[in-house]
Amino acid sequence: MIPFTRLDAKAAPLDVANIDTDQIIPKQFLKTVDREGLARGLFYDLRFEADGRPKGGFVLDDPAFAGAGVLIAGDNFGCGSSREHAPWALLDFGLRCVISSSFADIFYNNCFQNGLLPIALPREQVRMLMAEAKGGNHVFSVDLETQTVTSPSGQVFAFDIDPGGKEKLLKGLDAIGETLQAAADIDAYEARRALDQPWLELA
Amino acid sequence: MSGKTLYDKIWDAHVVSTDANGEAILYIDLHLIHEVTTPQAFAGLRAAHRPVRRPDRTLAVADHNIPTEGQALGVGAVADVEARAQLQALERNVADYRIEFFPMGDPRNGIVHVVGPEQGRTQPGMTIVCGDSHTSTHGAFGALAQGIGTSEVEHVLATQTLRQQKSKNMRVTFTGAPAPGVGAKDFALAMIGRIGTSGGTGHVIEFAGEAITALSMEGRMTLCNLTIEGGARAGLVAPDQTTFDYLMGRPSAPKGAAWEMAVRHWRRFVTDADAVFDVEVAIDVSTIAPTVTWGTSPQDVVAVDGRVPDPAQFDTDTAGAIRRALDYMGLEAGQRIDEARIDRVFIGSCTNSRIEDLRAAAAIAAGRQVAPHVRAMVVPGSGLVKDQAESEGLDVIFREAGFDWREPGCSMCLGMNPDRLAPGERCASTSNRNFEGRQGRGGRTHLMSPAMAAAAAVAGHIVDVRTLL
Ligand code: SF4
Repeated sequence: MIPFTRLDAKAAPLDVANIDTDQIIPKQFLKTVDREGLARGLFYDLRFEADGRPKGGFVLDDPAFAGAGVLIAGDNFGCGSSREHAPWALLDFGLRCVISSSFADIFYNNCFQNGLLPIALPREQVRMLMAEAKGGNHVFSVDLETQTVTSPSGQVFAFDIDPGGKEKLLKGLDAIGETLQAAADIDAYEARRALDQPWLELA
Repeated sequence: MSGKTLYDKIWDAHVVSTDANGEAILYIDLHLIHEVTTPQAFAGLRAAHRPVRRPDRTLAVADHNIPTEGQALGVGAVADVEARAQLQALERNVADYRIEFFPMGDPRNGIVHVVGPEQGRTQPGMTIVCGDSHTSTHGAFGALAQGIGTSEVEHVLATQTLRQQKSKNMRVTFTGAPAPGVGAKDFALAMIGRIGTSGGTGHVIEFAGEAITALSMEGRMTLCNLTIEGGARAGLVAPDQTTFDYLMGRPSAPKGAAWEMAVRHWRRFVTDADAVFDVEVAIDVSTIAPTVTWGTSPQDVVAVDGRVPDPAQFDTDTAGAIRRALDYMGLEAGQRIDEARIDRVFIGSCTNSRIEDLRAAAAIAAGRQVAPHVRAMVVPGSGLVKDQAESEGLDVIFREAGFDWREPGCSMCLGMNPDRLAPGERCASTSNRNFEGRQGRGGRTHLMSPAMAAAAAVAGHIVDVRTLL
């Protein structure tokens, strides 16, 4: 996983609440067996007609936001399906950070597995950032080390993040490798469980 | 010190260790997998030369993108090339890693959240995960059941554990007795309407109260299934005699002396009388009418005898969201919801495709006809549900009424297979998500109970099932 430390990039405002993962990446793109190449499905129904012609007008297709690294969205971003294709598609498109007033649990968790930084801020602050993001051609700075977002006008917003998740992102840690270091604990747990609940061993 | 909640007890019983940041390594008792959210996980394992730690605690099904006809022809006959490749990848992976698998066409196969309980794999006090958000369904048994992403699927395959921070405790108490025609689906929709789709975020919800105790396992599963639409990580119902009666004799349930031992173990998983919840909500079910959704979020609910909202009566932000939803749904501000004419009916999905759901729908369909302009389909949750329904003659009732009787799978719940809505089509659906495009691009979904969906099929529009009882 690519570590996340600091990002200086344009931020695209998507002023819609309850963006679900079906909207982030519709089902027809879930039939892949790869993690790569999902950018073409990102927000597909909002960006393209059914026959694949671009609809035009979607913020990420606006040249003023070309190369955006941050997405600023309405409340409850990432609700719905557990599909990790949602963070994969956002990352594949070049986005590294999503700012919203709240995130659905599974999506939030999936972000940390992939080096995508989800930042939750109070709704008024998200509104202010959204307002500054409009028009594009600016630079927002996101610093994970200091837990701050700096807007183009120089306003600084501090955000909370759980320390474990922060460390994972900063170091780009492989969670499996880490957990396997506790293999002896898992062995011990399993041995206890086999005694307590023997019926689970007879599958 | 106050007592422990059911969630606290399951959590504590599964913590392998906790790090300085409060993140626990949580042992996982059962891992359910399917074709769509696993290929990248197995690819990751292969690349790192890691084995599957407990193939015996893992069960695989093929459900999300399988067709609902011609299943006996096998995966090779699946017309959709990409879906076929994904199904074949699963076959390869379960063979390579020696994981038990119910392939398409096997009567034991079906929607993952129907199969686990039906096989007795789902048991009280367990931790259960699956790469699917509606894993919350299994909470009906008093199991901590959560949906996870593909990286976590890989993590569980490799370590049989999940790294996680503990959630907060929330309890929703359902009191009173429901009116005829009102059931678990209505409880769930009414609750989501009340707390909103992010009302449960960061929490595990325990459902309690006399109305829950009175529910069948099928009803509890419907309710827990929809917990995720209220934003919660998981839903729970404490195990009781209803739970044990459901499990007894199922293929993977313990037998003989082990059964007695297991029941003693399971009985411990109840909330202590002095336990304190972070959030408490109470709902009197006698006040709930048959409920449907009008918009594009599961929180957009209305009683069947009510009207859709009028944006003019809301603040600018809310009004904008309502207008957008009404526009997508092709509804007029303030119109009666029972005037919405429907084109399609879908009875199925892990929310409502169990035998009791099919019986409820068949009771309405019996002796009636699907309206001429409506196409209606029934998709049983598993091959075993289908067999059971056929042995009770439900398939005949549905067919005679004009419903299409299909083979099991997720089907039009998410439309990854050929079953989907055309743009603009309006569907009365027993599934769980009415998101834009969920059942097909441009499709319009109204969520409701199986009985309400069957009633809509015969009336040709959304209708109060109580007028047909
Ligand atoms: S029926 Fe629908 S919600 Fe349930 S597992 Fe299948 S796709 Fe997911």
